[in-house]
Amino acid sequence: MNSSISTSAATAADLPPRDLKRSGISFLLWAFILGLLAWSWEGADMRPMALIENSGNMVDFADGFFPPDFLMWKYYVSEMWITIQIAIWGTALAIVCSIPFGILCSENIVPFWVYQPVRRLMDSFRAINEMVFAMLFVVAVGLGPFAGVLALWIHTTGVLAKLFSEAVEAIDPEPVEGIRATGANGLQEVIFGVIPQVLPLWISYSLYRFESNVRSATVLGIVGAGGIGMVLWEYIRAFYYAETAAVMIIIIISVSLLDMISQRLRKLVT
Amino acid sequence: MLVVDISRLSKSFTRGKRALDNVSLQVREGEMVALIGASGSGKSTLIRHIAGLLRGDRDGGKIEVFGEVIQQNGRISRGARKVRADIGVVFQQFNLVSRLSVLTNVLTGMLGRVPAWRGSLCLFTKAERMRAMTALKRVGIDGHATKKARNLSGGQQQRAAIARTITQGARLILADEPIASLDPASSRKVMNTLDRVNREDNVTVIVSLHQVDYARDYCTRTIAMRDGEVVFDGPSTELTPEFLRELYGEYSSELFAPTPEAIPASGEAAKKDLAYVTS
Repeated sequence: MNSSISTSAATAADLPPRDLKRSGISFLLWAFILGLLAWSWEGADMRPMALIENSGNMVDFADGFFPPDFLMWKYYVSEMWITIQIAIWGTALAIVCSIPFGILCSENIVPFWVYQPVRRLMDSFRAINEMVFAMLFVVAVGLGPFAGVLALWIHTTGVLAKLFSEAVEAIDPEPVEGIRATGANGLQEVIFGVIPQVLPLWISYSLYRFESNVRSATVLGIVGAGGIGMVLWEYIRAFYYAETAAVMIIIIISVSLLDMISQRLRKLVT
Repeated sequence: MLVVDISRLSKSFTRGKRALDNVSLQVREGEMVALIGASGSGKSTLIRHIAGLLRGDRDGGKIEVFGEVIQQNGRISRGARKVRADIGVVFQQFNLVSRLSVLTNVLTGMLGRVPAWRGSLCLFTKAERMRAMTALKRVGIDGHATKKARNLSGGQQQRAAIARTITQGARLILADEPIASLDPASSRKVMNTLDRVNREDNVTVIVSLHQVDYARDYCTRTIAMRDGEVVFDGPSTELTPEFLRELYGEYSSELFAPTPEAIPASGEAAKKDLAYVTS
């Protein structure tokens, strides 16, 4: 008897009142997102029907890719190596530059009249895509992988300096104070107090950037900055689809392998 | 010889409350002075001012260490970095660089003494390494030299921090609540180490403490603070519970270590204790 009374009392508990403000905001948010999509429809020239109407052509086109032609695979692989080497040098130079720039972007290390201008410089390095830098460097240093290295170097410096400085801004200030109390100078505070704290994160970010630089380097060749991208672009322009397919497969395999290796390494350090 | 000479030092933080109010005091060579007071009474603030890690108000306050001005009228003097090489600071949270080895942490004590380029590249001579190892042996943790600092217990880390000040050749050690995060056994070891450095090397020690018992056991002189003011400066033997109640009223109970039977065994209490210490 008693228990049934207590159960019914429990079921009679009221639901919490509806939060009108919250549901209003969520409605507005959805309306905004849908409105944004509708507004972009025209500009993006969205024609889903074209996919169906031209399906016959698409099948013919896809047919050209099969079977992939690996006759020249040694050449593709050697160009892929060049692509990876471009990424290695572009990333390495960027890491070296990002260490001082990253420190100079950190508001807990330098005064605002240092970090503000350095941050804006890094913003500009980052804002311009590596393809654009590659086109400029092809003009400056000529066609070939070196232009690609320079392009990756500048763009990656902008990205890594930001990531490095975010790690520096999150450090524990106490060990730095411990170093300062020994009479160390400012540089030594950074070397002994800051860098040991951020090193694992810095290594992880650098490896991650290396992964994405390998991916970027595969397309740098399209603007003449060397590597597998150049081969790919020539085949596409000449309608050699079977060879194009082979090159794409080689890119997919090598990029996935490198991603896997780098991911393992990143797990090791953090 | 005067080691520390503070005159009319005040410090107001932005919220208007005075953390230090017109503090003047002197410490002579070879003294071991306890600085007591409840949390928020200004002990840590005072120690950080002496080390030149915080700046006082701009109203004429002045701190001299070994006869050199370390800060005056709210400005850290140019020579502060040189004086800091003679001051060893021991912090409540040890302030070791946790990813570096214990030996490297202790060697950073040499940074103010060796040429900047050599220190920056971590190129220490054999003699300097030996000096650091000797310091570690004195505090009794030479067996842990190659471990990373974070793998040591709190008491061991604090002794490593003291070894850093020994390696530094500090003639004044400022210890800011060095035992507040430690269990009683480790606390004793750390205080014994400080006591030995004080007696054997004639190093002046100023140690802020939460618990009066330690002040009475280890220091002949005690400076008591309340709300940023020095309210007592004299022999530690005068610090009777009655006198403390007079000084601190209801807060006096927190200045005494809880008796062993009063410590609950549960981890809950330990957590509460830690929160209390860090607040």
